[in-house]
Amino acid sequence: MQTFEYANPKTVKEALGLLGSQWGEAGLLAGGTDLLSLMKDYVESPKRVVSLSGIKELKGVKSSGAGLHIGAMVVLEDLVENGTVRKEYASLVAAIRGVSSPQIRAMGTVGGDLCQRPRCWYYRKGFGLFGRDSNGRELVPNGENRYHAILGNSGPAKFVSASSLGPALIALGAKVTIASASGNRSVDVEKFFVTPSDPHSREVDLKPNEILTEVVIPASGGAKNATYEVRQKEALDWPLATASVALKMSGATVQSARVVLGHVAPTPWNSTEAAQALAGKSIDESTAQAAANAALSKATPLSQNAYKVQLAKVAVKRALLAAAGKA
Amino acid sequence: MRPASLKEGNVPSKYDWPPAEKRSLIGKRHNRLDGPHKATGAAKYALDRNAPGLLHGKLLISPHAHAKVVSIDTSEAEKLAGVKAVRVIAAAGTELMWQGSPVAVVAAETEEVARDGVRKIKVNYEVLPHLVKEEDLNKAGGFTKPSAEQNQGNVEQAFAASDVVVSEGYYGINTITHCCLEPHGLAAEWDGDNCTLHSSTQAVGRVGGDLAKVLAADPGTANIKPANVRVITQYMGGGFGSKFSADRWDIESARLSKQTGKPVKLLLERDAELLMGGARPSDYGKIKVAAKRDGSIVGWQSESWSTGGPTGGGMPPIPYVFTEIPNRRMRHIAVSTHTGPQRAWRAPNHQQAAVLTMGALDDTAHKLGMNPLDFFLKNVGLTPRGDVYRAELLKAAELMDWKAKWHPRSQGGSGHIKRGVGISLHTWGGRAHDSDCRIIINPDGSVQAQLGSQDLGTGTRTVIGIVAAETLGLPLSGVQVQIGDSNYPASGASGGSTTVGGVSSSTRRASIKALDKLLEAVAPSLGTTADKLVAVDGRVQVAGDASKSLTWKAACAKLGTRKIEEIGRQPAKDEGNLNDNGVGGVQMAEVEIDTETGIVAVKKTVAVQDCGLVIAPKTAESQVLGAVIMGICSALYEERIYDQQVGKMLNADMEFYKLSGIGDVGEIVVHMMTGVYDGRGVIGLGEPPAISPPAAIYNAVANALGVRVTTIPMTPDKVLAALGQGGRA
Repeated sequence: MQTFEYANPKTVKEALGLLGSQWGEAGLLAGGTDLLSLMKDYVESPKRVVSLSGIKELKGVKSSGAGLHIGAMVVLEDLVENGTVRKEYASLVAAIRGVSSPQIRAMGTVGGDLCQRPRCWYYRKGFGLFGRDSNGRELVPNGENRYHAILGNSGPAKFVSASSLGPALIALGAKVTIASASGNRSVDVEKFFVTPSDPHSREVDLKPNEILTEVVIPASGGAKNATYEVRQKEALDWPLATASVALKMSGATVQSARVVLGHVAPTPWNSTEAAQALAGKSIDESTAQAAANAALSKATPLSQNAYKVQLAKVAVKRALLAAAGKA
Repeated sequence: MRPASLKEGNVPSKYDWPPAEKRSLIGKRHNRLDGPHKATGAAKYALDRNAPGLLHGKLLISPHAHAKVVSIDTSEAEKLAGVKAVRVIAAAGTELMWQGSPVAVVAAETEEVARDGVRKIKVNYEVLPHLVKEEDLNKAGGFTKPSAEQNQGNVEQAFAASDVVVSEGYYGINTITHCCLEPHGLAAEWDGDNCTLHSSTQAVGRVGGDLAKVLAADPGTANIKPANVRVITQYMGGGFGSKFSADRWDIESARLSKQTGKPVKLLLERDAELLMGGARPSDYGKIKVAAKRDGSIVGWQSESWSTGGPTGGGMPPIPYVFTEIPNRRMRHIAVSTHTGPQRAWRAPNHQQAAVLTMGALDDTAHKLGMNPLDFFLKNVGLTPRGDVYRAELLKAAELMDWKAKWHPRSQGGSGHIKRGVGISLHTWGGRAHDSDCRIIINPDGSVQAQLGSQDLGTGTRTVIGIVAAETLGLPLSGVQVQIGDSNYPASGASGGSTTVGGVSSSTRRASIKALDKLLEAVAPSLGTTADKLVAVDGRVQVAGDASKSLTWKAACAKLGTRKIEEIGRQPAKDEGNLNDNGVGGVQMAEVEIDTETGIVAVKKTVAVQDCGLVIAPKTAESQVLGAVIMGICSALYEERIYDQQVGKMLNADMEFYKLSGIGDVGEIVVHMMTGVYDGRGVIGLGEPPAISPPAAIYNAVANALGVRVTTIPMTPDKVLAALGQGGRA
């Protein structure tokens, strides 16, 4: 790890003053479960590390008319114990439970989950965000791509978003608040995730001098929600494919649906095709399967990961059945 | 008590194990002696060594699968503040044969500075062509060579006979690493011409000699003899066959320490551990089996290939266990790859042999329409120990409830969850290694058992304590076990399941000899002769007359100022009947597969094992549990994933080099074949139960799915591909 300067500000304003205008000048340290490994592997070498642990305004969960406000520094294990979350957002609870080690749940934060970098092994082994060798050749298409993207992968980004909470928050219609020296802005979580076209930019809509300060989830209004993760094993591992769904019901009929897949694309993947397939339907095995098929109808698997199309369909189907209480 | 069928021609000896009714500690369920030390952190490992002034060593390793060092410049690293020494390992002109090959080493005041120093070394490499994948022989180019052909009987005739059924298939098991949780390495500390190594090793008696031999050729240390090097290993975090000798980085640590005059500690980083800390060779094969309609196997033909890294891979012992198949032909091709080289992996080449053999035989049973249990029972006569396997198959079937759980293939259940069961058989030697034990009985009543052995976590310390205490009539707490130090009497390396037989035999002999001396010293004061005395329940007494006795402490006080020291040896001229060689085992696995996701879960494993007399049942069962868990990791998760384009391992980490957790292993039932088997004496246990799990799970998956997933690990992509659901292209 490169030597760095360490700062421990007490306010967001103070923290903003410590950030640079370019990536690489400063790194934001939340739970540290990602940043430290990036630094140890020399994938990122910020000159200054700005800890967010001392900033009280980034902690705590509170309700307002706009919904549930979750501070960016709320630790996953604490969020999953929150009464409102447990009562209203089963999809979020399942997503947090899916972060598969107690140590990471105890250290990792909500903001950190959304801002973490991809786990693509080419990226982590020093081949850059798009996995290119020294001659610029793209390694993923003809390489080891069993865990890579099956959707949204036509550009150079073939990695999958690693965020566990992203799909659930998008399905729930959540927004993030982003602070900068010029004030706060609010962005839909769906728009917060972006597919980079430049290997030196980020997978989220955050500038080097901005801080994600909170997540706001609108009141569920009785919408049914669920997350299903396809996992090979219980012990520390990433899911192979996930789906989070939120259903506004009118009796037994779906009024509107949101179906968001995880670990299938460079961003959480909001499937409008699945949502359309569900509108006006009741949820059963066959409508759930039809929505799953619709969600993956445009999948473009790579050389080794056609199996993920099937896994993603299973995730969608099972999440829908779980939300409808039919799992 | 000793069945002639198990061990013939031996005569009773005073060194024999006590008969079952007289054992007070042997065979009883004692906790391991070092359990509390490990649970509380009091146990110190090589990594915990922090002598004053300690420097940290870090390796620069080759980033390329195959390259030649053109030039190397260490000057920038040497200038870095905190760096105390830099040594070049691969000088200009050196050809490096795998990613991870050591290139240079830095010793610095902190780990961080050492890592920075490594990054400041400039190396120009000439990159050479590489091969890092061997499963597809057509893509192996010029890196293959035929390495073995064996023939027996008349294969053509056997397969052409009109009354046989022929089963043909492709079977494979991949390369995995040892993935020791405690990485390889040591801390080296010099005092004049004497060097102490705090090493993570399976052989405290060997590493010092290895090192002395190399150092004797170095200027400045030419006078170093093996006796100048002391090796200490009190606790081990896993070796599995990969930690027998002084590795290059160990030698460099000792050199750096000598050069700087400071202790130097170097343990491999996780990526280096996975790249070069050891690998189990792969094996892939096209196999044909011929069997008569009644199930008798008559023919075997195999074309197999494997890699163990740059030197290729040898043919595993196939056909495995069923070695007496009358007509057989085996051909093998060694594939040389630019990957970290093989090291002995817990039962070298036996998992591979089990997967290929048991997979092919299970498919043959299916083709015959036979229950594999009946098929294996039918053919136990083709093994070297048919009676043992028969008994073990029946016991395992009972514990698995095989009759209720087995079904013909493709009848694994009506929904998307399918269940299945599978069988594998295995064999191993486990002969006792050479071992000397020193037993000291002190006038204050304290007792030490000293051996230059090491406890890899297997329970060696506990076994020694039980044997000495049993023999001396003491409670387990009455003996101090002192091992893990090359200054103690020499005992063999812990590999090949040779330790328990070795240390238990030498400890038994030393304890009997020491006790004889004590009884002689005590006899006069009890008005009798030594031959009338016994040591039981913490007392020395006249046999059959508890009224004439002394407490152990009072008896030892009769020694005056002279302690007793006796050496017991294994092997010894008076062989006795303390140990034996050759075991069989049977395992059955039950799996549950989600056919929509291709995810396999092991629900239950039954491990039935004979290993002669079991000294310490709890640590023995623990060995089997660990072996089964390792096997589940291999069957379902572990994979060394290389990219052929760049020749790099992509998962040299604990994130994507996947291992099971406790929630992934299901129920494990261990049954040790004791009683009638005790008469054989002690036989090693470390390897045998580690052999069958992948093969048993492999067959259980075929039973559940109705089709075979041809290669291990059986990951979801391969399971779905086998089901025609779009797997890995």
